[in-house]
Amino acid sequence: MSEDLLAVAAQWRAAGERVAIATVVETWGSSPRPAGSRFIVSDAGHMAGSVSGGCIEGAVAEAAQSTMATGTPQLLDFGISDETAWEVGLACGGKLKVFLEKLG
Amino acid sequence: MTPEFLARLQAARAAKLPVAVCTRMPDGAQLLAPDDDMPAGLAEAAAAAIEADKTANHDNWFIHPHNPPLRLLIVGAVHAAQAMLPMAQGLGFAITVIDPRRAFATEERLPGVEINREWPDDAMAQLAPDTRTAIVTLTHDPKIDDPALDAALRSPAFYIGALGSRKTHARRLERLGELGHSPESLARIRAPIGLDIKAVTAAEIGLSIVAEIVATRRGAALSKRG
Repeated sequence: MSEDLLAVAAQWRAAGERVAIATVVETWGSSPRPAGSRFIVSDAGHMAGSVSGGCIEGAVAEAAQSTMATGTPQLLDFGISDETAWEVGLACGGKLKVFLEKLG
Repeated sequence: MTPEFLARLQAARAAKLPVAVCTRMPDGAQLLAPDDDMPAGLAEAAAAAIEADKTANHDNWFIHPHNPPLRLLIVGAVHAAQAMLPMAQGLGFAITVIDPRRAFATEERLPGVEINREWPDDAMAQLAPDTRTAIVTLTHDPKIDDPALDAALRSPAFYIGALGSRKTHARRLERLGELGHSPESLARIRAPIGLDIKAVTAAEIGLSIVAEIVATRRGAALSKRG
């Protein structure tokens, strides 16, 4: 079966983990994953799904820590990466918005 | 997302109901269309998103449709059908294999999919293919394939493909023409089936068919065959 990320998220939560769901809600340019794509992360270090080709999942997982702790959702903006700055972004030139929410 | 909201969403998906999650930015308030009461305009936008099977942004709401899975009806529990199963399952298709020949249509040969052992005309009447359905005939036996194709052509299925050589297909088109199908209607059948990747093995044939179904669904330009 194709993976049902929401079912996986529910399993992690049932196992006692704190879980955050990240969803691509808007894209511009050559973003690799369309709106609606999901990435889930837990405080036990589990990760599944994707919101990009792997460029920003690390940053989303980091931002998810506070959402998992406080329950406050976040709307994250990612733009084109600048190789001269230590900034997370999309080398492909896409832009996207990711909504982060706690499951709980 | 509250656990209660997720449970409602998963129940609707398990019941194969078309729904949409509407999430307000940035506070995360959530409503499930079409069940919940909605602010003016949002219900219509959600209905349109479900119909188009595409996410949408309406005011500060993100609309995320969850339609029932695409269906794949495979006529003929043959080797190529078996090869298609894990690929099509991985792509999220809900699969039914139709074959009245009990020796072929066994759970052992077709793990994890629905098996329909009716004759294809009855099976098709039960399964009622719609615009989110792909139909593939693989038996090479006109007694089984023809009634399935006859029903497929009378349905709005988004993909119809039939295994068989050009010669076999030419004779098949004659028979289907005698059943009243116009040349335009018959042109909906992809035959020889599958993308031309010079497939030889059952697994390669399965891959070429599954890839052609995805290409059709996504609107890729396909060369004329036949």
